[in-house]
Amino acid sequence: MSVTLKDVQHIAELARLSIGEEEAAGLMGQLNDILSHMDALSAVNTEGVTPASGVGAGGTPLRPDSGRPVPLQNPISSFAPEFRDGFFLVPRLATHETAEGGA
Amino acid sequence: MSHEKFEMVVGLEVHVQLKTRTKAFCGCSTDFGAQPNVNTCPVCLALPGALPVLNEQAVELATRAALGLGANLNSISIFARKNYFYPDLPKGYQISQFDYPLATGGWVTIGQFADGQPIRIGITRVHMEEDAGKSIHDRYTGASAIDLNRAGVPLIEIVSEPDIRTSEGAGSYLRTLRQILLYLGVSDVSMEEGSLRVDANVSARPYGETKLGTKTEVKNMNSFSAVEKALEFEFARQCEMLSRGEAVHQQTMLWDSARGEARPSRTKEGSHDYRYFPEPDLRPLILSAEWLQRMKDDLPELPEARRSRFAEEYKLGSYDIETLTVLPELADYFESAAREANDPKAAANWVLGEVMAGLNARGCAVDAFPVRPTDLAQLIRMIQSGHISHSAGKRVFAVMLETGKLPAQVAAEEGLLQVGDDDALVQWIDEVLAENPAEAARFAGGEKKLQGVLVGLVMKKSKGRADPKRVNQLLASRAGS
Amino acid sequence: MSELNELSSTEIAQRVTDGQLAAADVVAAAFKRADAVIAGHEGLNIILHCDREMSRKAAEETATRIATAEPPGLLSGVPVVIKDNIATFGLPTTCGSRILDGYVSPYEATAITRMRAQGAIVIAKTNMDEFAMGSSTENSAYGPARNPHDPARVPGGSSGGSAACVAAGIAPVGFGSETGGSVRQPAAFCGVVGVKPTYGRVSRFGLVAFASSLDQIGVFGRTVNDAARGLESIAGVDPYDSTTSDAPVPEYALATTHLADRPPADKKRRKNPGTRELSPKDPMDLKGVVFGWPKEYFPDNLDRGIRSLCERARDRLISLGATFRDVSLPHTSLAIPVYYIVAPAEASSNLARFDGVRYGLRATSDFGLRGMYEDTRSEGFGPEVTRRILLGTYVLSAGYYDAYYRKAQMVRTLIAQDFNTVFNSGVHLLLTPTTPTTAFEIGAISDPYEMYLSDIFTATANLSGVPAMSLPIGRVNKLPVGGQIIAPHFGEEEMFRAAFALEQALGLEAHS
Ligand SMILES: [Mg+2]
Ligand SMILES: [Zn+2]
Repeated sequence: MSVTLKDVQHIAELARLSIGEEEAAGLMGQLNDILSHMDALSAVNTEGVTPASGVGAGGTPLRPDSGRPVPLQNPISSFAPEFRDGFFLVPRLATHETAEGGA
Repeated sequence: MSHEKFEMVVGLEVHVQLKTRTKAFCGCSTDFGAQPNVNTCPVCLALPGALPVLNEQAVELATRAALGLGANLNSISIFARKNYFYPDLPKGYQISQFDYPLATGGWVTIGQFADGQPIRIGITRVHMEEDAGKSIHDRYTGASAIDLNRAGVPLIEIVSEPDIRTSEGAGSYLRTLRQILLYLGVSDVSMEEGSLRVDANVSARPYGETKLGTKTEVKNMNSFSAVEKALEFEFARQCEMLSRGEAVHQQTMLWDSARGEARPSRTKEGSHDYRYFPEPDLRPLILSAEWLQRMKDDLPELPEARRSRFAEEYKLGSYDIETLTVLPELADYFESAAREANDPKAAANWVLGEVMAGLNARGCAVDAFPVRPTDLAQLIRMIQSGHISHSAGKRVFAVMLETGKLPAQVAAEEGLLQVGDDDALVQWIDEVLAENPAEAARFAGGEKKLQGVLVGLVMKKSKGRADPKRVNQLLASRAGS
Repeated sequence: MSELNELSSTEIAQRVTDGQLAAADVVAAAFKRADAVIAGHEGLNIILHCDREMSRKAAEETATRIATAEPPGLLSGVPVVIKDNIATFGLPTTCGSRILDGYVSPYEATAITRMRAQGAIVIAKTNMDEFAMGSSTENSAYGPARNPHDPARVPGGSSGGSAACVAAGIAPVGFGSETGGSVRQPAAFCGVVGVKPTYGRVSRFGLVAFASSLDQIGVFGRTVNDAARGLESIAGVDPYDSTTSDAPVPEYALATTHLADRPPADKKRRKNPGTRELSPKDPMDLKGVVFGWPKEYFPDNLDRGIRSLCERARDRLISLGATFRDVSLPHTSLAIPVYYIVAPAEASSNLARFDGVRYGLRATSDFGLRGMYEDTRSEGFGPEVTRRILLGTYVLSAGYYDAYYRKAQMVRTLIAQDFNTVFNSGVHLLLTPTTPTTAFEIGAISDPYEMYLSDIFTATANLSGVPAMSLPIGRVNKLPVGGQIIAPHFGEEEMFRAAFALEQALGLEAHS
């Protein structure tokens, strides 16, 4: 498997990073170099091995449906880039597009 | 029409907001209608370094819902991150479940085939996830406004099998599902308030074909009837394409209720790659067998069971039962009135008549209805025992509804207690006969069919208080032969 | 360096508690030392933010608290430095990134709240590789940090700033974070003690996530006892971090104190919930302790100087009663490939929240929301972060997940099993070098993968969750060398005892 320029552009798009053509070529080389070292994994026999899912035993602890949230020491307006009437503002969606995911 | 050759195939994805006090992964309130971004904290604002901790009640409600749908609960389920960018998704991923959902299997029965076999819509899976915030596009020019009060509110997603074949079937499925969830008490299930949301996967295929056609996803419906209309619209669109020999493209369609049409969303399909992976901030959700058993034991009676019990126990007609069991609170109301009055028929008539009319007129919840079931039962007993007439009963009810007073008090105050005392009755009879000499003469002459008219006049004179049985007896003794 | 800069955390806490020393004087001496070594950006560039006035006030409050007879804290009056990816009130939390330039967290990390409750005075936020991605603290948006032993060299990373502050005598205790060796490796390069606790030992609430299943807050100390004291003050279960463990927290500070120096048992101390009582065994007695000597950590091409210092450490441990056994952890060489799939994958998701919507940098763009996202993130993230986000996005993307991410998680299981097998075979601890080299010169390594190999001996502990620590065991060409002790899950107490014994046995040799 090797990463193509198209792959770089595609994953950059997924990750919301804008990458110039020249930069993309450099990154493609670096990613391929890094990934070439990962090939060692494909030689490992992992038949019947459970993938690690996090570390630690036991189920996730549960929180009672009560209590208070962690308070903010400074209001949202102190850190938000654009905040008006209690809303975060962002540039209007160009095409009124919907969320890719929905809920 | 060309689409008579095609069969509609629909699967529904229903998101249901769980009725918890706090959000799924933080202690923020789930209250509606708060000022924007007031119900937020480091966790649901996705501030750097914040971490999720799962709400116990969300797990309980999700489990109850899954059990109520007959699904198999997985003793180990795993939360996963669904990665995509959207301004109302603060972390840039939604905590959901993917490979290992809370529950799989189950079904919803939406009716019967001609041969009496139940029509069952299969449930593929029920999983837990969190809601996103709200984006408001029309408030500011050039900007969208983001409110994260809803971000992190617990949801379950109920995915059906592609078992639905008609738009009415989709409607029945949704109404039945909604009713089950109401009975379970897990959600407000209101499409208007957004606590129930429906996305539909729609495809068309020629009758007889067993392979599924290419599906589109239809979103943005805001009522059950909108779902039905959108399905009809999209199905017709696909049928026309297929009839022309064109291929249906897999894409997302947005329903526009105002225009009554679905249009392709502008989101690029190719960019959908959610890169699911297990959520490392949460360990697996483990449900013990004992806990699950307790949840099963605590499950309330569900609509189907209640309907068959009503038929058996109270011998009511199926239409009455349907209506009485629409809301669990209404069914409860009926049952306690019926039991206390020891007269299910009368209780059903009252609930289906006066009570429902009163509820509709006032637009109030059953629990807030001024006439409590025990008051209604008393009223029914007063009628049964002849203390008031049936028609007086209706007036008593009306006053009870207005004033919240008890039936005995109302009947006394309004002078509606039935009069069975012969002296008073005879006086009214005499007056009626005196005022209607012609009829009196004919009646005395043997024209017995006039008795009904005369009873009516006596009742009228007594303002409904006369005991009609006794008036009949007294009049009969004066009839000529 | 004044006498105050040389005091250990134990000495400071004791003297401050007894009223012999003012916390404000200790803090003033810390800043004076920072000025002397030029810790700011024009010099070593190891401190990013500090507020002298705020720290002085905090020190004065310590005096008030002691006067009102609150039980003494483990770190009463002790100045501490904090890696800039741990959320603190009052000082920015930038993660060494432009995207969080000037960001002040409106809430505080559990670890910070706990250390403050133990009397610690936070004096500075320290330089780091951007979002903890690096092994040299060269990847900081605020310029590379320098090693106090040789300013032409890196202090290691990514917690290089905290390691260097402790090495420079500014504070006896510092805090960093580990994902693949980011505390142990700079500890080795700077000649200080560095501890990566068991995964789940310390709350991550308020630690800005890099790779959630690997991240742990770690501790630097000038001595083993300093580090133990630092860890004891922050360890324990946290209702705000679902991955913390409720295993009781042993008294690490006492475990790393000579029997003769331990305070009388009845002396009241502020303890974390669930503190475990200490065994009265002499920490210098290692009889019965079995060390493993894993061959994979001593490859033929290992630097000879580093190897012989490890052998010297082994001999000292043997002279204290420990025995050694050759062991094998066969999947060790796969740690770096596994790490560089798992960590970037999680990072690509963890760093999605830096989108310019709610906090931090927002770029202006003519291309709507999409443009705002892309410009914010491209301007805000440096090249290494960009590279790892892309790598992580790639290994999770459709069609590659199974081959990379899933496969890596399976091999990760094998790496964890290696440790289990060894620790279940009667071996109590492992001794290895911390790093394959000593501190390298700034700019010397430009190939990303070569840089990744700095973590070759450390990433295994993160992948399997076991605790590990580095302590100075000598020098090669005047540059510090770290020896690593690895313990089974929640075996910190035994690890600390052995490290303390080794530190005492080496004495001045540890720094020569
Ligand atoms: Mg969903
Ligand atoms: Zn919240």
